[in-house]
Amino acid sequence: MTNWTVDINSPYTAILQVTEVFSKPTSISRSSLSSILNVGDIIIAKVIAFDFTRDPLLTIKESKLGKISKGMVIEITPSKVPRVIGKRGSMINLIKEMLKVNVIVGKNGRILVIGSKPEHEALAVMVIKKIEKEAHTTGLTDRVKSYITKMLSKEGE
Amino acid sequence: MNDKHQVISILKKDAILSLLKKNERIDGRGLEDFREIEIYTNIYGKAEGSARVHLGETKVVAGVKASIGTPFPDTPNIGVQVVNAELIPLASSFFEAGPPGEEDIEFSRVIDRGIRSSGMIAIEKLALIPGKKVWMIFIDMYPLDYHGNLMDAFGLVAVSALLTCNIYKTEIVGDDVVVTEEKIPLPVNHVPVFVTIGKIQNKLIVDPNFEEELVLDAKITYVVDENNNICGIQKSGASGFTIDELLTARDIAIKVASKIRKKLPLASR
Amino acid sequence: MKLLDENGLRTDGRKLDELRKVKIEAGVLKNADGSAYIEMGNNKIIVGVYGPREVRPKHLAIPYKSLIKCRYEMMPFSVSDRKPPSPSRREIELSKAIREALEPAIFTEEFPRTMIEIYIEVLEADGGTRTASINAASVALADAGIPLRDLVTAVAVGKIEGKLALDINGLEDQYGDGDMPIAMMPQLGYVTLFQADGVFTPDEIEKAFNMARTAIQRIYKIQKQALKSKYLKVIKEVEELER
Repeated sequence: MTNWTVDINSPYTAILQVTEVFSKPTSISRSSLSSILNVGDIIIAKVIAFDFTRDPLLTIKESKLGKISKGMVIEITPSKVPRVIGKRGSMINLIKEMLKVNVIVGKNGRILVIGSKPEHEALAVMVIKKIEKEAHTTGLTDRVKSYITKMLSKEGE
Repeated sequence: MNDKHQVISILKKDAILSLLKKNERIDGRGLEDFREIEIYTNIYGKAEGSARVHLGETKVVAGVKASIGTPFPDTPNIGVQVVNAELIPLASSFFEAGPPGEEDIEFSRVIDRGIRSSGMIAIEKLALIPGKKVWMIFIDMYPLDYHGNLMDAFGLVAVSALLTCNIYKTEIVGDDVVVTEEKIPLPVNHVPVFVTIGKIQNKLIVDPNFEEELVLDAKITYVVDENNNICGIQKSGASGFTIDELLTARDIAIKVASKIRKKLPLASR
Repeated sequence: MKLLDENGLRTDGRKLDELRKVKIEAGVLKNADGSAYIEMGNNKIIVGVYGPREVRPKHLAIPYKSLIKCRYEMMPFSVSDRKPPSPSRREIELSKAIREALEPAIFTEEFPRTMIEIYIEVLEADGGTRTASINAASVALADAGIPLRDLVTAVAVGKIEGKLALDINGLEDQYGDGDMPIAMMPQLGYVTLFQADGVFTPDEIEKAFNMARTAIQRIYKIQKQALKSKYLKVIKEVEELER
């Protein structure tokens, strides 16, 4: 089965089969694989199968999945992901609203930030890194709010 | 060296475990029984000492070679003891030819330490010209047939070969050592016995056989001298023992060692 | 070589049941997934842990658990007489013994078909490198986020001039009458490393365990503190900024 191997920041290498890329059955020759997805490309994918006897299987057939062509990707420790999302999304919504960016958080610790201004994307990345470092502290949401406010006002100068 | 994965069938494993619950073993032995021991000595003519041991179906050989050489610089007045073991493919389809692996090395070093710490070889008597010429005693051990518990088999064969080893009598003429045609027994002070006990769940079993070794969680080897002192310990296996288990195993080892000791050849006179 | 003076004190001034100074730092390397540095007396050892990650070569992968690899290595300059760089038989035996001391603590069944690599480098040796290595390696494994049943904590009990001595140093190991390294999972009470050379009476073995257990509880606290330190440092920084 023709496929790509995908690094998903895990001890196991993931497999993306050709049948999980197109909604309609398509036949692709091995040589034209790289014109669809090439080495170095980044994708948002969903794990559709995983058990201890074989490597994880991915799909990009659903909406909101597929190749990423803009934005910034940052990698944090997977165990800190819940803190980035916050209780009922409080933290991540804070970042989205204040910085006017879209943030897609992967459970594997990889996070995609897309905004209209690259400075805001970079600021979002710094904020996420700060959350990762201070994930175990109290009062983090308020501190992040003041941090973003401070950095945005600096921008205005 | 031993590099291949050994797998035991689930039926065999279940049989071993259910019998153990009743304190029984698959070959009919009690928990503290070792297998039948046969020891043959002075069998290889070119070696100064030699032995073959059968421990159940496990068969091992050892040869002792003695030669005159220079002592280690930090211990100029004592002889040199070198112990080596190698797992050869002849003995098992699980052993491969090649440079010594971690198991070969572990056997070599544990047997060496047990013999050395017990003070078995009277190395203080082996300095011919202190600082310059000493007897070097090489003990090389090989398995012929692997059916479990190589450690204790190696212990028996090395000790048996040493107990029946004869070296040439020497005379000092001026600055030289002259080797005579007369042979004398290798001087021996103590006799260590190696006892290995395996742990399967919460049971301790003496002298695990091949199948039991595949099931057991960990092993503890105690080296016991003739005064019932412990002159060597080695735990192996990727599992743990409680302190109580280790102390119980110590007592079992001392009891079993005195029985095994009766099977050893008398030192040659 | 006299190892005890007329007051019963050892060559480094310690009493028979006294532990050397222990200092452990976690997370000291950037590339390794987990790391730790330990000073135990004059011993200086650094440990890096990689994994769980793909097994290389692939055919060594185990279908139902993670493969644990451990390499204990002494730097040529770690001892008085330079040690040649290639692995010695002692290093190979210790690599196995240390791996078997740590593996029981790791939930290896959680990561089938992967490997966890533990690299131990001795920078300065002064008796008890294997126990110090185990203490640092446990912290490095925890620092890597690998799920553990317990930390593994180790100390050696030796025999000098006929008496049991805790945590023997290089001189005491070389000229003493015995060396018994012990490693335990302190909370679970499982002994995972237990070796000895020299001669011990059956009773001395029990006494050695008692001596070791007390020291192990103290070292265990230091290991846990090393892991907490990283996080306490951040809390302190945050508090200071708020002021």
